[in-house]
Amino acid sequence: MVYLDTASAEPLHPSARDTLLAALNDGWADPARLHREGRRAQLLLDEARESVAAELGCRPDELSFTSSGTQAVHLAVLGAVQARQSSARGPGHLVASAVEHSSVLNAADWLERRTGADVTIAPVDAMGRVNMTEFAAAAKRERTLLACLQTANHEVGTIQPVEDVAAECQRLHVPLLVDAGASAGRLPVPDGWQLLAASARKWGGPPGVGVLAVRKGTRWREPLPADDRENRRVPGFPNVPGVLAAASALISVREERGSTNPALRALVDRIRAVVPQTVPDSAVYGDPDNRLPHIVTFSCLYVDGETLVTELDKAGFSVSSGSACVADTRQPSHVLAAMGALTHGNVRVSLPRDVSEQSVEEFLGVLPRIVAKVRDTVRAATPTPPGESSVEVTA
Amino acid sequence: MTSPLRAGRTDAPALTIDALGKKCPVPIIMLADRIRDVRIGETIEVLADDPAAKTDLPAWCALKSQEFVASTPLPVGWSFIIRRCY
Repeated sequence: MVYLDTASAEPLHPSARDTLLAALNDGWADPARLHREGRRAQLLLDEARESVAAELGCRPDELSFTSSGTQAVHLAVLGAVQARQSSARGPGHLVASAVEHSSVLNAADWLERRTGADVTIAPVDAMGRVNMTEFAAAAKRERTLLACLQTANHEVGTIQPVEDVAAECQRLHVPLLVDAGASAGRLPVPDGWQLLAASARKWGGPPGVGVLAVRKGTRWREPLPADDRENRRVPGFPNVPGVLAAASALISVREERGSTNPALRALVDRIRAVVPQTVPDSAVYGDPDNRLPHIVTFSCLYVDGETLVTELDKAGFSVSSGSACVADTRQPSHVLAAMGALTHGNVRVSLPRDVSEQSVEEFLGVLPRIVAKVRDTVRAATPTPPGESSVEVTA
Repeated sequence: MTSPLRAGRTDAPALTIDALGKKCPVPIIMLADRIRDVRIGETIEVLADDPAAKTDLPAWCALKSQEFVASTPLPVGWSFIIRRCY
């Protein structure tokens, strides 16, 4: 089996596994307690917080650990906006790019429905990069309480102009939430944010650990019943062993990225070059250059993504698809829709740190045959009209 | 069948494909099958109600260098007008 879905979850880094096992022995106690075992857990938690804060570019007391990246985003959005809403001045306005992770869009939607806040979704170009002019124009609106932008897109890999947007937001005195989920550990975190969220399992940490950073001086109010954990930002007993493993993975990934990133980048370049040549009627999406090293999404006309994923799985390759056209309840990928790209027949390949060149070549080898097979199956189930019935293959 | 919305228009589509109730990618497969049934410069209307069609028909046109003319909401789904360019 070849696992090519690291953007959903990176396999646990070996250093994280070692740390996790050690921390299960040493860090199981309640870090809020004053006894020996509690102090030990607190010491380990502090150590993890310092090293993660250093990597993300913030102070340890600005950083809280959450139970997921999604929870970090929810707390960031709700806490920042609700701290600045008032009955006298109204529910205010927030802006987010159209290709944000669903956790950002869901939190914005929640505020819109529950508090009457206005939400502006800033459009992106065909590569998935946010339109700076429209984003800035929206942030300029009176009573804009929060702007949200990802460091890079989790489906197509395109890197967002975070530092330019941050400079504009700073000028307008609008706090900026940066969702670093797709890039944390892999690329340096851009500067200029007031709130930051990320997820450990995307950098090779264990599941169940997210990070939320709130800069000193940023207005934020706990959206959930208060608790004295994690700087009063995240209720509940922290997952100390998980946090330690996450910190350990982050240190390792940070140290190794000088060699892993160029290798993954070259393999993604290869996929980007080969797929359009070997798969008729296919298109590769996202910025070819200014992108994450490990993610690429392409679409194949006339197939549905879920069948493609299932067939690739049978052939031994694990990938994901944003499209779910056959499932009635699911919407097409909002990222691809915002880019004006095909939302069906898409495959996201995301390479784990230790993927071999041979695995990628094998994937590229079986792909054309599998796409052709799925196309035949879909065609067989499609009503054939009278007259010409061949699918065009000219580009 | 031509959508009543387009009745009497001089640019009435030369062909209408009814893909209502069909999940993507079926609507664009049907379009790809029939595009050569109209003359270059003529239009085809596709009726579809899968939300993905709203994105996928323009995206198909962009990929295949055909012209996406317009989309009009219907009581159920949309009417999409595509012009054959080559």
